[in-house]
Amino acid sequence: MKKITTLLILAITLFTCNEDNTIISPKVNFTFNHHWNNAEINNDNLQTTTVTNANGEAINIDRFRYLTSRFELTNTNNETYTFDGYKFTDLAIADTYNFSPENNAIPSGTYTLKFVWGFNETDNIDGAYPDLNTASWNWPEMLGGGYHFLQFDGMYNVDTTDASPFNFHNGTARVSEGVFEQNFAEIAFETPILINSDTVINIDMNIAELFTNPNIWDLNVLDTPLMPNYDAQKMMQQNIMSIFNLGEITQ
Amino acid sequence: MKNWFIFTLFVVIISGCSSETTTQEEDYIPIPYQLEIPTLFAEKLIDPRIPINNKLTVEGVTLGKRLFFDNILSVDGTKACASCHLPQNAFSDPNQFSQGVTTTLGTRNSMPLFNLAWNFDDKYFWDGHALGLENQALEPVIDTNELGNDSWEPVEAKLNNHEQYPKLFEQAFGTSVITKQLVAKAIAQFERTLISGNSKFDKFSNGEIALTPQEQNGLNIFMSEDKGDCFHCHGNPNNPLWTDNQFHNNGLDATFSDLGLGLISGNPNDNGKFRSPSLRNLAYTAPYMHDGRFATLEEVIEHYSTGLQDSDTIDTLMKKVNQGGVQLTTEDKADLKAFLLTLSDPTFINNPDFIQQ
Ligand code: HEC
Ligand code: HEC
Repeated sequence: MKKITTLLILAITLFTCNEDNTIISPKVNFTFNHHWNNAEINNDNLQTTTVTNANGEAINIDRFRYLTSRFELTNTNNETYTFDGYKFTDLAIADTYNFSPENNAIPSGTYTLKFVWGFNETDNIDGAYPDLNTASWNWPEMLGGGYHFLQFDGMYNVDTTDASPFNFHNGTARVSEGVFEQNFAEIAFETPILINSDTVINIDMNIAELFTNPNIWDLNVLDTPLMPNYDAQKMMQQNIMSIFNLGEITQ
Repeated sequence: MKNWFIFTLFVVIISGCSSETTTQEEDYIPIPYQLEIPTLFAEKLIDPRIPINNKLTVEGVTLGKRLFFDNILSVDGTKACASCHLPQNAFSDPNQFSQGVTTTLGTRNSMPLFNLAWNFDDKYFWDGHALGLENQALEPVIDTNELGNDSWEPVEAKLNNHEQYPKLFEQAFGTSVITKQLVAKAIAQFERTLISGNSKFDKFSNGEIALTPQEQNGLNIFMSEDKGDCFHCHGNPNNPLWTDNQFHNNGLDATFSDLGLGLISGNPNDNGKFRSPSLRNLAYTAPYMHDGRFATLEEVIEHYSTGLQDSDTIDTLMKKVNQGGVQLTTEDKADLKAFLLTLSDPTFINNPDFIQQ
């Protein structure tokens, strides 16, 4: 009995001490903004804006949805905070531009940000995520299964009488029948982010970069189908590396 | 001893009285209804959408079923919801256009009713104009060419004067005053129980049976971007709804006599768009498309293969429109059809819970 009491007192003291020492943990949220070079693209103008890619084709966008995951902040002590969940963005739905991870409180500090384009191999499990299944976001089993990383549908050459559809879809790459290669990308920013109160990290996506760097994309050659095209999938993976920039950090 | 006896008797009588009042009047508590969610749905999909102000109860569902089949909702006592939504047709109508209380036919094909609680945007009709099943159910009763009433009042009056309905509403909703809102709630409850998740393909997904090589090849055509490419709009093995419930123009017409979603949104970009139907139960739901223009699945497949019509709003997933379509071989077409038929669920159309007893 005496022992228990002692333990209890100890526990209470510890608990209280702990509480006393706690510094407020800032919460981190993310907002994605989308551009075509300098023009903002959002749910209002997605289907009404005509843009021109690096190869010179005039384009109308029909649908633009993409997946990002494994948001990680690493501080100067090399401690990494990985946020739960993934972000499924649909440019037609403004709500999906924001991402508030479930447990998003981290200690104050200076951090760098990293996230994954799509799902890495550990996460890209066929059929495992009910919300993504419900959005029909799946990538066919014959192409390695799992999920789409990007669905970008539209029309090109819309300034000619010969406008044609393109389906720029990205996911696991199929090398040959039954042989697949991961195709996600790790997006890392070197710019330090100072976090000492609740913070919104803005990330800018320049959609035009999908068609620009390092591969100037010629839609006249590569419009659709691209999902089963290994080379196209790998070129997308390369081009994706430069579409994101770190935007404003607001506290 | 005697006093004690009388006292006990007194208590028993009082509690007897009071329990009688609670069960038969104000405080009747309806029994919560447990939806039977197929394991595949539970595993693959987010939870069904049940409005918080219309939870399913055993009494509510039973009442909704009775109303669904009852001609009392029509102006002349000749038609019910079930006249155009026949259980043996997965709750659709084998006629291209349905006949209501008048001889004037509508312009759209009746829609099958199943898995409605998984329509997460909650938009109903081919053009999505009704938000919520409860709101949807208000319309047919006062549609001139469907159940034909000028307003809900005479229907409410008939139900309120009926010898059984007031009691059934009392049990389901705790009030015997019948309103159109309660009628709609009861019907919506019944509709949400119409779950179809036991097709041959479901059994295949559950590892219970195998597909034939032909059906398997049909699935591959459905899932291949360079062949059928149906899965971007009509679900896939991990989305057993077999629809995205979104609005698309799938290339039926070059010009539109029915603007579909465009009429509702007022946005010309939406002209000619209709909600993708589920591909479950196609064996029972002919004819096909919003206007029932195709009598057979062969015609539907031929449409996607060679019959696409270009227009400003045609979906960019109809990518081979310049060649007329995805150009399937004769064998591929037959295999695709064989696969589509594996999505039909005979236990759904024969479920005694869904058929009028
Ligand atoms: C005269 C025939 C007719 C009658 C009677 C009728 N319906 Fe319908 N129903 C239709 C048609 C046709 C459509 C599609 C109309 C459209 O999209 O414009 C439809 C669509 C629906 C839908 C939409 C399904 C979906 O997935 O969006 C529901 C739900 C429905 N009806 C329920 C009912 C109920 C409940 C009743 C009785 C109160 C009823 N219907 C009576 C012909 C009828
Ligand atoms: C761009 C999205 C899209 C794609 C891709 C697509 N469909 Fe459809 N499908 C629709 C829409 C929308 C409708 C309803 C159109 C209407 O009635 O106006 C429809 C209707 C149907 C119907 C009629 C169902 C019914 O109950 O009336 C069938 C069957 C069908 N599609 C099968 C297929 C097959 C097979 C493929 C692949 C070859 C395919 N679809 C590709 C969107 C699509």
